[in-house]
Amino acid sequence: MIFIGGFLTAIGVFDRIARHAGAGSAIPVTGFANSVVSAALEFKREGFVLGVGSKMFIMAGSVIVFGVVTAFVVGLISALI
Amino acid sequence: MTTKLGRQTFAFQTKPVLIGHATVAGPKEAQGPVGSYLDKVFPDLVMNQASFEKAEQLMMKTAVEIALEKCSLSKEQVDVFVAGDLLNQIITSGFTALKVGAPYLGIFGACSSFCEGLFAAGLLVDSGAAQNVVSATSSHNCTAERQYSYPTEYGAQLPPWAQHTVTGAAATVLAAQGSGPRLELATVGKVMDLGIKDPFNMGSAMAPAAADTLITHMEDTGRKPGDYDLIVTGDLGKVGREILVELGQREGLDLSSNYRDCGELIYSKEQMENAGASGCACVAIVTLGLLFNQNYQRVLVVATGALHSPTSYQQGDSIPTIAHAVSIEFS
Repeated sequence: MIFIGGFLTAIGVFDRIARHAGAGSAIPVTGFANSVVSAALEFKREGFVLGVGSKMFIMAGSVIVFGVVTAFVVGLISALI
Repeated sequence: MTTKLGRQTFAFQTKPVLIGHATVAGPKEAQGPVGSYLDKVFPDLVMNQASFEKAEQLMMKTAVEIALEKCSLSKEQVDVFVAGDLLNQIITSGFTALKVGAPYLGIFGACSSFCEGLFAAGLLVDSGAAQNVVSATSSHNCTAERQYSYPTEYGAQLPPWAQHTVTGAAATVLAAQGSGPRLELATVGKVMDLGIKDPFNMGSAMAPAAADTLITHMEDTGRKPGDYDLIVTGDLGKVGREILVELGQREGLDLSSNYRDCGELIYSKEQMENAGASGCACVAIVTLGLLFNQNYQRVLVVATGALHSPTSYQQGDSIPTIAHAVSIEFS
């Protein structure tokens, strides 16, 4: 699924599918793959380090941050119970 | 010598002449109703350049060169080059100015740049100090998308009130003498903000600015909408234009018969995405292409722009907008 999302983004087709699919393509991990790959593609013009490296998570970054923090909190609670 | 009428309007006594102009655009615009008026069409959005930003610079440079060629002027004869675009630090204009080589004034009015540029150029020529002033503007769908919203391949579903940024550029040459349409009046807009916070809802955000400028223009000049063959706004789109008509009605401004929006004119029904088109080039291409070829006697062009940035709306600010109007007479 990740590969499919990434591949379709790279060949320029994912955004057209998403226009019709909406949540159907955004919610599964295909949406996550699209957000990372599209950002990586976009910012390659600014170079690999400052462009791709720092901006590839510009859309997915907050999902990762809040996901990890939530997992940490839930894990802590479950460890304490 | 320019004189002032009322609160915000300026009358150019010598009525500077638009002795030359050029419009260039991308494939989508070429396939629309103004396609046949374009001086040059670029077959894709990359235009064989290393980035979308460089492609936009190529478009603006091409528009300037074709406009100068049409009135047989060289770059050395340009007294001032006025330009503006949507990008941070208006890099399209600055980098193009480097290639044009003329004294440069960069302006930022977002999508109202076309009229803001004409106003500045008009002042320079009407003062008697400048002989030939070039004014240019451009926009590119991908440079605008990557700066203001999402990476271009991102699969977001845009709301139905969103607009599509036009890929194109236009340049005009304003001179003290010559033949061509004449710049008669310009109304400089005030920044308006009625609280719209959605950056995808530009039409609603800009309609109040267009209304304020139009109402002020009519009050300053003592004119009515009927005194113009056509009144156009730059890019209010389907949503914004309805709001403008209603706002106008409340103040006694009747826009029911001769008002259109360039954001609705530039694409055909089949090409229309959501609420219509936007971008600096939208109003420029429709005015210089379509409107200049219609046997009108006088038109009022009201270019509308949104003065927000991703930083301002992420910090919770609403979107301040502006509209500048220019009145153009055809002999």
